[in-house]
Amino acid sequence: MNLENMYQEIILDHYKHPHGKGLKDDFAAEVHHVNPTCGDEITLRITPNADGTLTVSYDNQGCSISQASASILFDQINNVSLEQGTEAVDHLIAMLQRTEEPNEDILGDGIALIGVAQYPARVKCALLSWMAWKDAAIQATGKGE
Amino acid sequence: MAQLDVAKIRADFPIFDRTVRNDRRLVYLDSGATSQKPRQVLDAERNFYERHNAAVHRGAHQLAEEATDLFEAARATIAQFIGAQPDDIVFTKNATEALNLVSYSFLNATIKSARGKALPEGASRFVLAEGDEIVVTEMEHHANLVPWQELCDKTGAVLKWIGLTDDGRLDLNSIEFTARTKVVALTHQSNLLGTINDIPAVSAMARAVGALIVLDACQSIPHMPVDVTELDVDFIAWSGHKMLGPLGIGCLWGRAELLASMPPFITGGSMIETVHMESSTFAAPPKRFEAGVPMAAQAVGLAAAIDYLNDLGMDNVAAHEHRLTQLALDELAKLPGVRVIGPLVATDRGSAVSFVVDGLHPHDVGQILDEHGVAVRVGHHCAWPVCRRYSVPATTRATFYVYNDESDVQALVDGIKAAQKFFGVGE
Repeated sequence: MNLENMYQEIILDHYKHPHGKGLKDDFAAEVHHVNPTCGDEITLRITPNADGTLTVSYDNQGCSISQASASILFDQINNVSLEQGTEAVDHLIAMLQRTEEPNEDILGDGIALIGVAQYPARVKCALLSWMAWKDAAIQATGKGE
Repeated sequence: MAQLDVAKIRADFPIFDRTVRNDRRLVYLDSGATSQKPRQVLDAERNFYERHNAAVHRGAHQLAEEATDLFEAARATIAQFIGAQPDDIVFTKNATEALNLVSYSFLNATIKSARGKALPEGASRFVLAEGDEIVVTEMEHHANLVPWQELCDKTGAVLKWIGLTDDGRLDLNSIEFTARTKVVALTHQSNLLGTINDIPAVSAMARAVGALIVLDACQSIPHMPVDVTELDVDFIAWSGHKMLGPLGIGCLWGRAELLASMPPFITGGSMIETVHMESSTFAAPPKRFEAGVPMAAQAVGLAAAIDYLNDLGMDNVAAHEHRLTQLALDELAKLPGVRVIGPLVATDRGSAVSFVVDGLHPHDVGQILDEHGVAVRVGHHCAWPVCRRYSVPATTRATFYVYNDESDVQALVDGIKAAQKFFGVGE
């Protein structure tokens, strides 16, 4: 079934064994994002480090796609710069809109989220944590647009 | 009582001619969100546009006359369906607008009264003072909650609510109505829990303190006989699209003397009596509440939907759904790891069956069901506080209607099992 394209083994694995889940007490910015149509929620915190990288921690509840996506986010953009993280967020959005081909160097396991693109209702699930990261990262670095 | 001939009914609905997701049969279990439309409704709308289209209540030509006659005949059909008088039915764009019409009557009467402006006779019932109470229930759809929250914010009235029991019923001991209770707004049937509320019991409590009663009948009028002469309430709001009718039309029924005493909500053309540059006076109900060119084709379509339901017989519709609800509850109870949120028995219960599957998020359940051609709704169903009450982030909801049968219940059960297998939970 087509669904297997969306629920790839790698996605289900992140869902069942999420990486980095759990909030750190120390943070400069905290955001709480929700998907009001389905009740998925994430609390995400960012702590800037002396070298300019951003440490992320999070706690969330929601569907397999939103949970797996947050786990992948942790793998890919924990302890990277605002610019590098933003590049990954923008690429994920472009991939899900099918305007860019999946780039494993940028997204790692996140390229497996390509299957979500065929289910428009689920794109928000995949993006929830990444949009929360962008929001918190901008707040934490004071680099508002 | 006659059994519904589901095969014959399904043949009237063109949407069942198509398939979904890899050529699967469409198992439509989302009528609680919106129902499908029979050919008779589509034909009635098309016939209006093809033969009689004109702006109603305007124009000196034959088409305008015909359109107006059809529009008002539709109003009469709809009124008769619930035992009401045609002039006591107001057309709105949906049930949400109908509920806002009532809440804004309170706001507008309160504001105008404070400014010493003229109000219709009897409007004092709609004037709120700081500390007055508005009562809702914890099982309301957002459409019958948020407008009242807003009204409280703007007037200083206080929002109170009837709590829920663990088995999904109203806990009438959780609240006391007082002399300050001005409005009691509640749903006839919960869109998430399926509970059919004991309206006479709540009405008796409200009447004892002189409160007005507003009923959200979106999930009851499409599914069971509802007669305003038997329900002791003051306003009833519902939508057309959940009862086989077109999108874009809702109804408000109100007691004639109350409608007459309400200031207008949306203003403009059609709803006036006289207009001068300085001020205007307003038409009698229902026109006072129907500003602008109305949705005549949709009203005609809704009347056709009611004819269709009348042909089936609302007692038969209710009995059919009751049987499917009982079957669904029985079958879901057999599935390990599946828990129904709402009454576990079909007594005083409609066909909205919400459930959670241990270890699975409703979005994922819905996705696997969709892959099997089973259309359900997932999420909080515009009743977020109900989810909080039962400590679930969201649910999966199946709702049954006239075109569903036992095979659809089976498809739901098979789909849930497939979801559990796919994600390796249950068993």
